[in-house]
Amino acid sequence: MIRLTNVQKQYENGTHALRGISLSIEDGEFVFLVGPSGSGKSTIIKLLTGEIVPTEGRIMVNGFSMTKISNRQIPLLRRSVGVIFQDFRLIERKTVYENLSFAMRAVGASGKAIKTRIPYVLDLVGLAEKADRYPSELSGGEQQRVAIARALINNPSTIIADEPTGNLDPTRSLEIMLLLDRINQLGTTVVVVTHEQALVNKFGKRVISLEQGSITGDGIGYDNGVKANEQT
Amino acid sequence: MSRHNLAYFAREGLGNLFSHGFMSFAAIGITVACLLVMGTFSLVAYNAEIQLERLESDYEILAFVDETYDASQVQAVGKELVKLPNVKSCQFISREEATKSFEEKHEGDYMLQDLDVSIFRDRFAVYVNDLNQVRKTASTIHTVEGVVKVRVDEDIASGFIMLRNVAGVVCIALIAILLVVSIFIISNTIRLTTFDRRDEIAIMKMVGATDGFIRWPFVYEGFMLGLLSAVIAFGLQWLLYESVAKSIDVSDTLQILDVVPFGSIWKPVAAFFGGVGLLVGVGGSLTAIRKFLHV
Ligand SMILES: Nc1ncnc2c1ncn2[C@@H]1O[C@H](COP(=O)(O)OP(=O)(O)O)[C@@H](O)[C@H]1O
Ligand SMILES: [Mg+2]
Repeated sequence: MIRLTNVQKQYENGTHALRGISLSIEDGEFVFLVGPSGSGKSTIIKLLTGEIVPTEGRIMVNGFSMTKISNRQIPLLRRSVGVIFQDFRLIERKTVYENLSFAMRAVGASGKAIKTRIPYVLDLVGLAEKADRYPSELSGGEQQRVAIARALINNPSTIIADEPTGNLDPTRSLEIMLLLDRINQLGTTVVVVTHEQALVNKFGKRVISLEQGSITGDGIGYDNGVKANEQT
Repeated sequence: MSRHNLAYFAREGLGNLFSHGFMSFAAIGITVACLLVMGTFSLVAYNAEIQLERLESDYEILAFVDETYDASQVQAVGKELVKLPNVKSCQFISREEATKSFEEKHEGDYMLQDLDVSIFRDRFAVYVNDLNQVRKTASTIHTVEGVVKVRVDEDIASGFIMLRNVAGVVCIALIAILLVVSIFIISNTIRLTTFDRRDEIAIMKMVGATDGFIRWPFVYEGFMLGLLSAVIAFGLQWLLYESVAKSIDVSDTLQILDVVPFGSIWKPVAAFFGGVGLLVGVGGSLTAIRKFLHV
């Protein structure tokens, strides 16, 4: 479960990225986080993964209090949250398989666990045939699938994706969203940051709208979000 | 930590070592040079110390006894001498023995009437504990009733004392400086690797690797750099030592020096090199990676 209470974030240079945000996402939910560029979407993601700390307010993520969390607990939090970025962030000199085994080994998984888990996840993202390819030998959509597989590999309870389709054409984007939806149906909480309205509207999910560091809408469908936005 | 992980760290660490072939090579080269300088000065200091110890046991102060004294008086002087501070022992040499050994040494080429009267005196050869205090001891001996003359050969003693003290001080200073230099160079080599692998480090952090886990491959890399440097430096030190020892042995003027054979000191030398190598390697890697963690 994710809960933000009156969260403010001011960066060192003085930018107010978030101006008092409260929201809550239950386990098993699928949520879109939308808003124009610079509205504070990535700031929320960074707060959720412990990369930055809030200036004000409280944040709970999967039972960890992000304002009280110790350095030793950060790795445990991160194992419960899989993250996906627009730019994939794969290791170019490692194959698909090695990228995944690297992520498993980093949390101390055994060789046996690695051997059984990777084929399962590769199959889930539809890349069973491409295990031995290098990222440069894959299309953008396929690379993002590898990133999704890596986010899933340590079986987190939550997946957070920051503009996962930003570098992809509409068809690939839809495929990625469908994949994330499928992962959600398998029980994982999914938070997707995007600003692709058409895509969001195909799904009829909960949409949280953000503008200039404040929440301007929270409801089913992008239009709801925008409407709420217009009312304020 | 599982065996599986150990193998992983070792593989990653070695991989890092080879991926920066030139930088690793340079780091090892500089560390070897530092170790060699440290080792050479330590060995010189050690040999000077040994030489000095030998000299201390051989070194004698001659105390000449009043020629009017009879045998029992002379004996009493001897008893007084051994009571003095810093005197280890003293040996009586009668005027007959002294004359005889003098004659043997200078067979035929002397005129008896030109000789100092002292060779006709009974004397004591006084052996000391600490060569540093020879001058003081000599003057104390002079105050003993019945001792008319004292002969010390201060030059040899002070030469060795100086060599030992200088080598000792230079040694400590050099070891301190070169330790810092080696840690710095190894740290920079590993910093290069951490920079090269910043994407991997970022991903490890992202998926929830602990700082310890992230650190290990780099510590291992530093460990290997230090160990390799130590092994190479040890081999070179050995060669260097043997060749210097050999040339001292065949030299005309330096033959009087007794160089400690390498075979009898290789263990502490190896321990020193290994210890410093590992300290430098692991210390260097820890300083390199420290900044990367806690982000
Ligand atoms: N590290 C940072 N330092 C200073 N300002 C930042 C930093 N990161 C983001 N910002 C600013 O905070 C605001 C929100 O940024 P961000 O959360 O990245 O927005 P979004 O992801 O919605 O495009 C922007 O004005 C951005 O310039
Ligand atoms: Mg962003």
